[in-house]
Amino acid sequence: MVNRLGLLLRHSVLIIGAAVMLAPFIIMVSISLKPPGEVFAPQFSLLPQQWYVVENYTAAFTRVPLARFILNGFIVTFCIFLMQALTALPMAYALAKLHFRGRETCFALVVLALLIPPQVPAIPLYIALWQLDLLNTYAGIILPSTISVFGIFMMRQFFRTVPNDLIAAARMDGLGEFAIVWRIMLPTALPALAAFACLSFIWNWNEFFWPFLVVQDEALMTPPLGIAFFSNAEAGTSFGPLMAAATAVTAPLVLAFLFAQRAFIEGVTMSGIK
Amino acid sequence: MRKTPSSSGLRRAEALAGYMLSLPALILMWAMLLGPAVSVILLSLTDWNFGEASLRWVGLENYGELWADRVFWISLKNTIIYVGISVPATVFLGLLAALLIESVSHGRAFYRAAFFVPVASTLLAMALVWEFMFHPTVGFINQLFGAIGLPTADWLQNPGTALFALIAIGVWQNLGLAMILFMAGLTAIPKDLYEALAMDGADDAWERFRRVTWPMLGPSLVFVVAITAIRSFQVFETVAVLTEGGPSKSTEVLLYTMVQQGFTFLRSSYGAAITVIFLIFTVSLTLLQTVALERRTHYG
Repeated sequence: MVNRLGLLLRHSVLIIGAAVMLAPFIIMVSISLKPPGEVFAPQFSLLPQQWYVVENYTAAFTRVPLARFILNGFIVTFCIFLMQALTALPMAYALAKLHFRGRETCFALVVLALLIPPQVPAIPLYIALWQLDLLNTYAGIILPSTISVFGIFMMRQFFRTVPNDLIAAARMDGLGEFAIVWRIMLPTALPALAAFACLSFIWNWNEFFWPFLVVQDEALMTPPLGIAFFSNAEAGTSFGPLMAAATAVTAPLVLAFLFAQRAFIEGVTMSGIK
Repeated sequence: MRKTPSSSGLRRAEALAGYMLSLPALILMWAMLLGPAVSVILLSLTDWNFGEASLRWVGLENYGELWADRVFWISLKNTIIYVGISVPATVFLGLLAALLIESVSHGRAFYRAAFFVPVASTLLAMALVWEFMFHPTVGFINQLFGAIGLPTADWLQNPGTALFALIAIGVWQNLGLAMILFMAGLTAIPKDLYEALAMDGADDAWERFRRVTWPMLGPSLVFVVAITAIRSFQVFETVAVLTEGGPSKSTEVLLYTMVQQGFTFLRSSYGAAITVIFLIFTVSLTLLQTVALERRTHYG
């Protein structure tokens, strides 16, 4: 009896907790369905009396180039992940499986770089990109994130678990080290790489700090920047369209999370970093 | 590895491959992270403002100016309050959530996802939702607090509450991360420890927690505290879009001050000095974490 009661109590606490955690999402979607009159109603109700979905979402996509922001988000996150994977996989393999002088120094540099928060290089990078005339371009947004020391670290840890026999056999077959990275190591690393891809995607989709500093042009804005811009332009008046825009920007992430929950959580557990 | 003398050529080839494969990443690492980090320290020792043609070494002058800068001290104090409250809150609630979820057998996947979704969502979009929830008249929080008899306020516009409103958003966002890391720590605790405890006859939930879970969770705890603290030090987005450091500097935090000085007022060298202070804080946290973990391992 006491056990039953305890279980009931634990579930109640968890349900209240989950409700608090999910409340902002529920309110966001709820407001995005309502006409202005109902948004400012004294009593909150979950569903609108008068559905205003089409109006709000149309407003969100026409008053600012929201579709463009989302497209930019995909372009930027894709390019960043591609560059991160192309540079991290070979180095991770070298650090995990090859013997060369200076290997430990290289690894120490990776660990050292892990200590540097992403905001620290901002001022020198801004100056450098200004001299190269790359401020306010895709390259300007993408370049500082092209290297992921965390990715190198994570893939190195994974490659260390790959049996040496596999690599020896590949060498017997006449494969060079470069081919081994892409034809042998990459396929075995797919699960770890997928976890890293998930993390890279959420970090860079959500990244605000750097795009906020380098982008002025509306056409180049990433989703978080675009939505801040929208919020500024509307100055807290039209909550319906704003929440519609917030829903549209958050949706790709939440969907990605729900589909790839396992990979996601594994990646986060391995990292914790950043 | 290979002992046969004929393999020295092979070994040289392997070393060459090691360098070639590491080179692209090493170049980018220097160009985007380590080089700029060194530059920011050097820049903080000059008087250079963005766009100027010449620069002069001024030693620690920028740091002297920081020492005398009232806004810098407010900013540092606010950052420390922010970290000092959000870290214990996040860690405590994250641990509570992890323990509760581990203790039930139904609905675990749902609870875990519900607590974790904020970590994966776009903070900036969610910050705007929170802004609406903190709205003085139509905001959900005031409506709820009013209904159950708690005090209401214009949370984000009141100097006494604005920082705490931002802390609430920060805790909401990071709690799921702490929970997931604790859950990983919990699954690593050997089950026979609990069985041994049961053999001793002490088997209520509190004893199990006090004598097995808590001591075994030590390394996870240190790790979660360090991660949460480092993330909290980086608070910027909610300040930039919701309060802009106000009202009356009550939410001015380190990174926001750095961006104001370095990018809005174009005082690059002064902004660099603030960056260095920020770097010192985050690196110290990591070092403290390493020391705490090593002491624990020696203990065990």
